[in-house]
Amino acid sequence: MPETCIYIARSSAIAARALAGEMMVMNSADSTFFTLNEVATVIFQAADGHTPLRDIVRDQVCEQFDVDPEQAQADAEQFVAELSGDGILLVSDHPLGSEAPR
Amino acid sequence: MIASEKGTAPANILAIELAIDIGGMPILVRTASPEFARILENRYGEFVSADARHNPSEAPGFELDVELMPPGLINQNEDLRVRLEAGRWVMERGDFRAEWDTERRRGWVRQTANPYSIDAVLRILHSLILAGQGGFLVHAASAICDGRAYLFSGVSGAGKTTMTRLAPADITLLTDEISYLRPSADGYAAFGTPFAGELAKAGENCTAPVSALFFLEKGTENRVDELSSAEAVRRLMRNILFFAEDRGLVEKLFATACDFVARVPIRRLTFYPDARVWDQVRNFQRVPEHA
Repeated sequence: MPETCIYIARSSAIAARALAGEMMVMNSADSTFFTLNEVATVIFQAADGHTPLRDIVRDQVCEQFDVDPEQAQADAEQFVAELSGDGILLVSDHPLGSEAPR
Repeated sequence: MIASEKGTAPANILAIELAIDIGGMPILVRTASPEFARILENRYGEFVSADARHNPSEAPGFELDVELMPPGLINQNEDLRVRLEAGRWVMERGDFRAEWDTERRRGWVRQTANPYSIDAVLRILHSLILAGQGGFLVHAASAICDGRAYLFSGVSGAGKTTMTRLAPADITLLTDEISYLRPSADGYAAFGTPFAGELAKAGENCTAPVSALFFLEKGTENRVDELSSAEAVRRLMRNILFFAEDRGLVEKLFATACDFVARVPIRRLTFYPDARVWDQVRNFQRVPEHA
């Protein structure tokens, strides 16, 4: 069975700032606030809508952090599902338009 | 005589003008009622400027016309709503309706003759004006100690009014409830406000550079603790006053909160409610890394 590609993009309804090494993200639609850890920040910053999530994990997460690739992929999918549920990331099985990298 | 008179008011009524000067941004308030003008003078005290007219050589000032309604014509039960409609801010609550044109810096409010409705309108107007300038109003007491301003923020009951009550005689109170902050060349400046809390006393109409913001927690000892930047931004956003349902302004405030946290020391101040807590505040200023 072929593996499904996941594409992720940042929502246009968010504001994000890096401060003192931490990435803070706010959903301006409901003012909910999130702090991302280092790995999540890498995925968030790479969420351009065109790069498949598995490529982001392989080329950026696994390159920058000492993690098991399978575990990293599973963690990334869980993180993406959570941020998608909170309106921070858009997820699709095909490439997304430029939602709004800021 | 603080108010000045002018004969070009709406409906050809002789208008009385008062400049209510908060945060160095005077808003010229016009009313046809001498009684209401006196209510404003009593309510805003030293924040009512003797120079009611705007100086034409400066940037355009802010103007607000007050139309008084008889009691009973306004529904007291509606909650506050602030929204942008066709380029104008519309503010509605049970006791008033107001509009504000940001570009023309003019607006009006329709209310009964009471000081509380216009007080709410002024808080909203200043929050909107400040948001566009990189400043904000925040739920915090503030005071000047040795030439520097300190802010004490927290939820209701955290100790804002207690801190102001415990202040030594040489401390200048800026507010016990709502602090007024604007960016300055070297950080942020805090201004006094007439927006009082439990103390029921307006702050002094003066300003000082901000030295620190403390989030208050009552405890059994006096202690200052670091907060992570994310926690500081999270707490600050929770306490910033903002009324408008507008995504762009919320994003602007988030950027401002991040900038404030990057430029001003933010700490948690656990305090036992007696006067010694102010020694902690003075000592904080003397520690070199906070300068």
